[in-house]
Amino acid sequence: MARQRGSKPARQTAAVFRVSGSPGQSIVSRELFGLPRLCVIGAMPERNCIAGVPMTGFIIRRSLLVIPTLLGVSIVVFLLLAVTPGDPAELLLGERATEQSLEAMREYLGLNEPLYVQYGLFLKRLVKFDLGETIWTRQRVSREIMERFPATIELSLAAMFLACLFGVTLGIVSAARQYSAFDYLSMVGSLVGVSMPVFWLGLVLILIFSIGLGWFPVSGRLSIGTDLTVITRFYVVDAIVTRNWKALWDVLHHLALPAMALSTIPMAIIARMTRSSMLEVMRQDYIKTARAKGLSEAKVIFKHALRNGLIPVITVIGLQFGVLLGGAILTETVFAWPGVGKWLYEGVTKRDYMVIQGGTMMVAAAFVLVNTIVDILYAVINPRISVK
Amino acid sequence: MIRLLNRLTDPETRHPFFDQLEKLVRNRTGLAGLIIITFFVFCAFFAPLISPHNPIENALYEQLKPPVWAPGGSAKNILGTDDLGRDILSRLIYGARVSLMVGVVSVGIAVLLGTFLGSIAGSLRGWPDNLIMRIMDIILAFPGILLAIVIVAYLGPGLKNAMIAIGVISIPHFARIVRASVMEEMEKDYVLAARAAGCRRRRILFNAVLPNCLAPIIVQASLGFGAAILDAAGLSFLGLGAQPPIPEWGAMIAMGRSMILRAWWVMTFPGIAILLGVLGFNLLGDGLRDAMDPRLRD
Repeated sequence: MARQRGSKPARQTAAVFRVSGSPGQSIVSRELFGLPRLCVIGAMPERNCIAGVPMTGFIIRRSLLVIPTLLGVSIVVFLLLAVTPGDPAELLLGERATEQSLEAMREYLGLNEPLYVQYGLFLKRLVKFDLGETIWTRQRVSREIMERFPATIELSLAAMFLACLFGVTLGIVSAARQYSAFDYLSMVGSLVGVSMPVFWLGLVLILIFSIGLGWFPVSGRLSIGTDLTVITRFYVVDAIVTRNWKALWDVLHHLALPAMALSTIPMAIIARMTRSSMLEVMRQDYIKTARAKGLSEAKVIFKHALRNGLIPVITVIGLQFGVLLGGAILTETVFAWPGVGKWLYEGVTKRDYMVIQGGTMMVAAAFVLVNTIVDILYAVINPRISVK
Repeated sequence: MIRLLNRLTDPETRHPFFDQLEKLVRNRTGLAGLIIITFFVFCAFFAPLISPHNPIENALYEQLKPPVWAPGGSAKNILGTDDLGRDILSRLIYGARVSLMVGVVSVGIAVLLGTFLGSIAGSLRGWPDNLIMRIMDIILAFPGILLAIVIVAYLGPGLKNAMIAIGVISIPHFARIVRASVMEEMEKDYVLAARAAGCRRRRILFNAVLPNCLAPIIVQASLGFGAAILDAAGLSFLGLGAQPPIPEWGAMIAMGRSMILRAWWVMTFPGIAILLGVLGFNLLGDGLRDAMDPRLRD
């Protein structure tokens, strides 16, 4: 009997066991990084289950996990250059390098030594935050990154703000009015949102709002004529601290379009996640109790359901923030936003391997850190996991 | 022929594949996805027959013609032409070939290697499991598109390297899913029965366990296909993927970007094509998930 191949009954029981027996939400959290933006599939690795382990122990263990992960990342970054055909010294210095500087670079990288010694030297430089010099501008890579990271973080925060604001609202309303036209539209809209190429959306926004309507500037962070005393390099903060309202207006104007473009994917994912999580919470008995005792629907949703419904959403928000840091490359390129992403892209087009190496290492490190913080935060917020 | 058709459609005797297909078609999301994808596959297969012009032939007297409904447009180039006078509609139709190829190759790499690594990890456990999954964790420690860009930066730009890079960054997703499913299936009685009957481990894995893990792999493959198209378009937009004159949608957007003031249509239509194609695979993936594996619903 070919039809029994699926062995359905066994699967169903397994499903019930898995959802109730382990933190179901972390299924979502793990699989949402990077590529399958919509997929909420598969089980989590065991290290996400912290059942029975006391909280401080978990926090320490999870924090320590950063070290092997970063070591792994550094091995990948190191190997990418090592396995690239050609002389690494020449790759790093560019074609115009003199024989003398090449020899110095070979000495510096330890190219005459075996590979593991080279990696050791690489690691030693990383720990000292020495990422070398760029080929074209002869600036220290670490300094260039530090100058540009605030712009990227500012853009990501602005995008995340928009994504949370609209995503959570859409999700709540869709869940409250399940199967209504609004629900249908917003869910189709969120599917379109995750399917849209961000760089294209950015160009369309420029076409409509900058070129067509003239509401927003086409590119950059600040108009040329605007004065702003730069303190923190977060221009919004700088403008507020110096009470420079004219500059603040200008900065926000520049921020609007790139933030909108960058926010679509996280917004769509947050909306879907909020909706499904709220629907799940609304089925629970305590919500029935709240309704039975005569509370208004608004009170049931905002006072009772939302608190539990938002817990899995927070993980998604955190993970998406990490994705934004990397995904800003395309958006920053489209809007000429002077952040790490655009700089890294320029490094790629100029084949500046110092920039590529240092930039990749730093962005990946930021990504790992954000994910770690999210994991810990999630465990702190959701006490149900640790109680089990 | 008719007997075969009857045999295939009769609910009692047909292959379980058709049960799944029926469920998929009954599910509106899945059906919508299936229709979109069929349309793109049709375009890709019959591109030489249905496209009105040659996609890479320059026509210097036809530069930057607007679409047919805009002032100055003609029915000769329904969606207008680019700065080399190439017909945009024809390039879009041929672009479906490129995008489908990118999806097939990169998802193929990811499925094959991911399933292989995941099933080894899930069935052997112990140190191979640890080694494989830690390597997967390291790949996941990079933001996906960043790793793809960096891999292409080292390998050199081009469609082939872009497909490899996208395949590599998707391996961990498949490996994790397969590992989890294999571990779950390995606990079941039929595996015990097979072992008691004297089957070798490899035979149990490939003949009994893996076929039962197919559902999540297929769902992930569909979603991964859409993501691969999106990432490939992004790489091509940055000039790291398909090189001119290949009619690739992302590369077409990059070309249209420089003439956004003069000719909005050059960058607009390829974006819509990407959006529709990726949407099709996302819809199909969602539909498949609902049809094949209800427990995976979000």
